[in-house]
Order: sequence, then C-alpha cells, then structure tokens
Amino acid sequence: MEILLVIIIGLLYAAGIYMMLRRSLVKLIIGLILLGNGANLLIFLLGKIVKGEPPIIADTEKMLGEIYADPVPQALILTAIVISFGLQAFAIILIKRAYKVVKTDDLDEMNATDEDL
Amino acid sequence: MLIAVTSGFVFALVIPLIMGRLKSKSTLWAALLPLSIFVFFLSILPEIQDNGHIRVSYQWVPSIGVNLDFYLDGLSMLFVLLISGIGTLVFIYTSAYLKGHHFLDRFYAYLSMFMASMLGLVLSDNIYTLFIFWELTSISSFFLIGFNNDSEASRKSALTALAITGIGGLFLLAAMVGLGHVTQLNQISAMSSLSEVIQGNNLYGWILLFLFLAAFTKSAQFPFHFWLPGAMKAPTPVSTYLHSATMVKAGIYLLARFTPVLGNHEWWNGPLIIVGAITMVYAAIHALFRLDLKGILAYSTISALGILVFLIGLGSSAALLAAAIFILVHALYKATLFLVTGIIDHETGTRDVSQLRGLNKVMLPVGIAALLAAISNAGIPPSFGFVGKDLIYAATLGMGDLAWPLTILAIITNVALLFAGFLAGIKPFFGKLPERFQNLHLPGPAMYAPPLLLGILCILFGLAPFLLEISLIHPVVAGLTGTDPDFHLQLWHGFNLILLLSVITIGSGTALYFILKPSENLLSKVNAFEGISPESIVRLISRGFAKFSSGWTRFFQNGYLRYYLITILGFISLMLAYRLFTGITLYVDTSTMTTVTFYEAVVLIIMAVAIFFTVFSKSRLVAVASMGVVGYSFCLIFLFYSAPDLAMTQFSIDTLTVILFVLVLYNLPKYLKLSDTRDRIRDGLLSLAFGTLISILTLEVMNETVSKETSQYYAENAYILGKGKNVVNVILVDFRGFDTMVEITVLAIAAIGVFGLLKLHLRSTEKE
Repeated sequence: MEILLVIIIGLLYAAGIYMMLRRSLVKLIIGLILLGNGANLLIFLLGKIVKGEPPIIADTEKMLGEIYADPVPQALILTAIVISFGLQAFAIILIKRAYKVVKTDDLDEMNATDEDL
Repeated sequence: MLIAVTSGFVFALVIPLIMGRLKSKSTLWAALLPLSIFVFFLSILPEIQDNGHIRVSYQWVPSIGVNLDFYLDGLSMLFVLLISGIGTLVFIYTSAYLKGHHFLDRFYAYLSMFMASMLGLVLSDNIYTLFIFWELTSISSFFLIGFNNDSEASRKSALTALAITGIGGLFLLAAMVGLGHVTQLNQISAMSSLSEVIQGNNLYGWILLFLFLAAFTKSAQFPFHFWLPGAMKAPTPVSTYLHSATMVKAGIYLLARFTPVLGNHEWWNGPLIIVGAITMVYAAIHALFRLDLKGILAYSTISALGILVFLIGLGSSAALLAAAIFILVHALYKATLFLVTGIIDHETGTRDVSQLRGLNKVMLPVGIAALLAAISNAGIPPSFGFVGKDLIYAATLGMGDLAWPLTILAIITNVALLFAGFLAGIKPFFGKLPERFQNLHLPGPAMYAPPLLLGILCILFGLAPFLLEISLIHPVVAGLTGTDPDFHLQLWHGFNLILLLSVITIGSGTALYFILKPSENLLSKVNAFEGISPESIVRLISRGFAKFSSGWTRFFQNGYLRYYLITILGFISLMLAYRLFTGITLYVDTSTMTTVTFYEAVVLIIMAVAIFFTVFSKSRLVAVASMGVVGYSFCLIFLFYSAPDLAMTQFSIDTLTVILFVLVLYNLPKYLKLSDTRDRIRDGLLSLAFGTLISILTLEVMNETVSKETSQYYAENAYILGKGKNVVNVILVDFRGFDTMVEITVLAIAAIGVFGLLKLHLRSTEKE
C-alpha cells in the first residue's frame, strides 16, 4: 500500500507543478492545492501509517496502547489543511477581484503594476 | 600620534560648520593643522634617528586583531613629512586659489580628510588598518577629483579613479588576508623576520600578485595609468597634493614597506622591473606630445612613478637609496611645477603650452620657482635632482649583465622627463610676452610663496645633501635594506661614467627641447593610437560588462512566474537526481508495509483518474469538481489509516473550497489555450521528472527509522496532563495551544482580507 501511496504523491507533485507552470491564474491555484495535498500525504506517510488504531485513548485507559497512529504528523497536517484553506480562499477572491479590474487571468499580462497595460 | 592622525578627520567634520560662521575673508588659518602636524613629526625626528623607530598601539577591535598599531620608522617619516609639509603649502595655496569659492569649506574638509587618511596609511602597522586607510584615501580622493561636480568630465574622471583604485583596494585586502594567514601575524613590522617562511609558502605568488595589483592601480602603473591624467580635472591644489606628491606614492610606499618582507625574490623583482620600465618609458614618450600643461605633468608623474617601481624592483641597496632620494626629489619639483601651473591657469585662463610665453615679465617670482624646479627635474647641477639622477644611474649600472639595457631605458626616460620639465617650467616664462597677457599681474604671496619655497628647497638640498643624509635618508635606507647604510650623499663625485651619462642626458634633452615643438598636429597623430590604449580597452570591458549584466538580469529576472519556477525546480531536480543516482542504492523493505485491500485500491484509482481530469480537463467546472474528488479520496485514505480528525477537516475544507471556486468561476473567463504544444511537453517533462524524484525520495526516507520520542510523550501525557482522550486534539489545543491561536489569527486576517476584497469598490478603475 505504501508504494501505491508513494506513486500518488509523485502524481500529485507532478500535476501540481504542471498546473503552476500554466499561464492561467485559476490553474495556478489548483496547482497549489494539489501540491499542498501531495505534501500532506508525504508527511502522513512518513509518520508510518497504521490501520484501525486512531490516537484516541480508550475510555478505560489513561494512555494510548502499544500500537497507535502517530498523532504528531496528524496535528501537523490538520494545521496545514486549515492554513492552506485560508490561503486558497484569499487567492480565489483575489483572482476574482483582479479579473474584474484587469479583465484577464493571463499571468503574462499581469507583470506590470501600471494601469495601462 | 593618534591625535595627529585623527585630528584631520575631526577637522574635516568641524570645518564645514565653523567656516561659514567665521565670515573671515582669509582661510589661511586652516593651514595651521598640517603645519602643526609637520612640526610635531619634525620634533620627533631625532628620536627616529637614534632608535630607528617608534611604536604606539591602541586597541580597537582586539577580538579580530584589528588594532590601531602605529609604527614610525624612517620610511614612514619620509612620507609623513612630505604629506604634512606639502599639505601645509597646499592649504596655504588653496586659500588664495579658491578664494571665495562657494564650497571652500567642503574642499578643506575633503583635503584634511585625505591628509589624515594618508597619514594613517603610512603610519599603520596593522594589515587591516592599512587597508582601511588605503580605502579612505581612495574615497577622499574621489570627492576631491570630482570637486567641480557640475562638470560631467570631472564626475566621470572621479568615477574612473575610484573604480581603478577601489579595485586595487580589494586586491590589497586579499593580499593582506593572505599575508595574515601565512604568518599568523597582524603587524607588518613583525613580519620581516618571517620573510623566508612567506616566500616558501604556496600562497606567496598570490600575495605578490594581489599586492602588485593594489600598488599598480594606486600608483598609476601601466596598464592602469589612465586614471591619473583624467584625475587632472581636479582643482590644481588637488593635483599637486594627491597626484604628484602623496596619494599616487601610496603604491610606492606599499612596495617599499613590503620590500623587507616579500622582496629579494625573482618573483618580486622581475614583474616590478618590467612594469616599472614599461610605465616610465611609455609615459615619458606620451608626455612629449601633450599641449595641456597639466597633461604634461600628469604623464611625467606617471613616468616618475614608473622609475620608482623600477628602482624598487632592482632591489639592490643602491637602487633603494636612489628610490628614497627620488621620492623626495620628485615630490619637491613636481609639486612646484603643479603649483606654478595652477597660477598660470588661474591668471591667464589657459594651460596650452603652445600659447604661453614670456610670463617672466609679469610674474617673476613664479618664473624663478618654475626655473628652479625645471633644473632639479632635469638633473642639472647643483640641484637635488642631480643627486637623485646620479643615484639612479649608479643603481642601474650596478646590475651586472643587465646594466646597459636598464641604463639605456633610464636615459631615454630621463631625457623625455627633462624635456617635459622644460616645457612646463621654462617655456611659459621666456620669450616675448603676447599682448593679451600684458595686463596680467602677480598673484598674492599666498600663491607664489609655496612654489618658490619648494623650488628653493630643490636647490638647497642639492647644495647641501648632508642636511638630509643622517637625519632622514639613513633611517629610510636602514629600514628598507635591513642593514646599516653605508653611503655618503654628495653633489660632486668627480669625473666618471655616471657624470658622462648625466651630461648625455642633459645635452640630448636640451637639444630635444629646441627641436621638438609641441603642436596640435603632433597631438592628433598620437591620439590616433587611443583606440588600442588600455583606457579604451577598459572602457570597452566596462561597457560590455554592463550589457552582460543587464542581459543576465533580464534572463533570470524576466518577470514571468513560470520561468522562475522552471529555473528553481530544474535546479532542484538536477541536484536531487545527481545525489539519488550517485550516492544511494534504492532499497524497499516490503515486509513492514501494510497489505492492499480491494477498496483501498479502488480509492487510489479514483484519485489518479481525478488528478488526470483536474489537469487535462478543458472545462473549469470539471477541473474543480475533479479536485473535489481528489480531496474526498483523501478523506477516505485518512479514515482507513486511523486519522478521523484529518478526515473530518479535509472533508469540510474541501467542500468549502469547491463551493467558493464554483461561486467565483461565474465571474471568470473560460480557459484559453495560452501555451503551445512545445511548452506543454517541456513543462510536462519537468513536472514528471520532479514527481518521480519526490517519489524516490519518499521511498528512501521511509527506510529511516522514525524517532517516536515526541509521539510517545504525547501519547502518555495527553490524558494525565491535558485531560483529553483525543491525542491529536490535545496536542492542538493544549500542548501547542499557542500555535493554534496564532493559526486562528492568520485565518482571521485572511477572512478580513477576503471580506475587504469583496466589499471594496475601486473607484477609478471599476467605473470605467
């Protein structure tokens, strides 16, 4: 299973980068999201994945048992997901505004700050 | 001694403040500073004579060995007296020359700053402070050359001079660091005992190269000489002070100072003799064809500097003695001639030798000063120059096999120099006075006294060389050669070969003076060779460099995001690929891995297909929807592998993102086909390569054992310390609660931004 996940990570990275290299702003954002997902999965995988043992302490116990999924990468990824949402939301709205003003989502036409492009 | 050096800097700071307030017509009092320094050092001359040197040290940055170590020996003393003595005269001269000039206060500030840096340079014993003072002289001379900052030529010359000497300064630093590294010492005076260690070191050649470059740029040696004629755009006091007597001699000082440490080795002598010889002959011949008085003097100065480098290169004690004397001889007569030129320029408004005649009738004292200087320059007895020239011939004749070629070079140079001296010192004053100069009058004594005094010294030291011999020249030579000097300066040596050579020099020089008349015609013929002169070559290089760097910048900083990404990713890929394929053998341990179940495989296949659609779909809606599918597949993977919290977060966030995208998409244009197939293939290959590398990297990293210490701590203490059963939650809100708060803040800021963007009405652009 890990090997399959590794392939998916590679796919996500490749797809993310390919999208980021396009000229459309929308594709750039999609690429960023894919890349972020790939990175999350990478972190998740490096914490050694375990089936069916969530890091939740049983009602009767005071600490986790012998085998448990690593809680640290999970906490990290959770933070990453939330932060990247903040970024995405802002970027999406920014594209919308930018398009309204400059009437293009072509990055090549956006590389000057002057109004008369 | 510290006071003597720093007073100049303090003076430079204070003088612009007070000079405006004083409203005094004369600024003669400013010369009190160099005068008092001169007197101070003169008063400790006997001490140098007895002990050989004085050492004073002040701590500055002791942790890295940068201290204000001052070391005053004969060589330093010679320069200190020149700097402060000629400085005094220049300060006096300036008070008349630039009388009433708007920025006179500023000029004095620069001048005293320069003087202080120069004093610091020749007194420094610490290799780092030597470098600092060296650079300070370059910087202050930049301001002095560019003093007429409303003239473009002046600014350009200042910049050229700064560029050339500044580069030299960097080489000096390199040489000093090298020396410090080899000797593990910071004090130059302590290095001479390690001379053999240094010369045996591998770095010796590099140190020499860098040191030579520093000295040659500063002392205007071929092929770096061209900044000096350009620097003549400066007011005449500056030319006198910096470009004849002091600053350009800093390179000579440097070479002389390091002679006991680095000298007496063929790598030292050879280059110095060659460069010195080329410079002295090249510049002397150039001087023959100049019309501008200052141009003549500039080239003859370069030639004289060439002679000095040549003499130091010869390295014999006779040559070093000749160098020591010639430094003084040259400073005296050249400063005189510069000051005289300044007077001529100031009074007549021209510096063209072909027009100047008969000025003796209106300014006799100036003419006398010029005549005395020209005699000393020509080496006619009984001047000091005669003593100097005799010593030069004695030095070249003592060189064994090479004696005659070297002597002939020296004769050629001296003949041309004599001609130049006559042109500048005699021609303007004799003959019939043209009518347009009839109404001229003698300037005030503040202007003609300094050159007259220097001119008289030119002769006085020739008549009575014993005045200097024991007091000054003995310690200088002792310091340079490291032995007790055994010589006796005198004017008359009797009839011998050297005298014959002198006669030949004087005779042919005088003959040349009567035959060769400088004219526009000749000058233009010489100028035809400008295209291959070092100056044009350097200009070409600098222009080419500017073009190259702007092209370089445009190539990398092109303003297109994707090219930045391509550059960065391509570079990282290459590095990663190199490392992965050379250093690491791929090893996958399948035994520890979990097995694949049917439903997991299905989820992964769905994910792969969704990624494919996200990338290649022509419709935005499909792309966004596929992206949502990718996100939901993630939720499932998180669920399978014991991360329920992540699954829930991913689910809600992904839903939100997709909704937001769809809402916004209505306002956005359709996908356009913006790139051609070639670009797509290029990008596709790059991203596939990068993805593959990341995959391989991940496989590799998975072989590493993971430290469970942190997780262990959380697992054991989540309930006991944090009173929570969900360990991930406890980490986020308890153990790392502060981080989470910051995260919430970030989200809040993003939310404010989104809100602001939605509500914002752009006035001018949107209403169009």
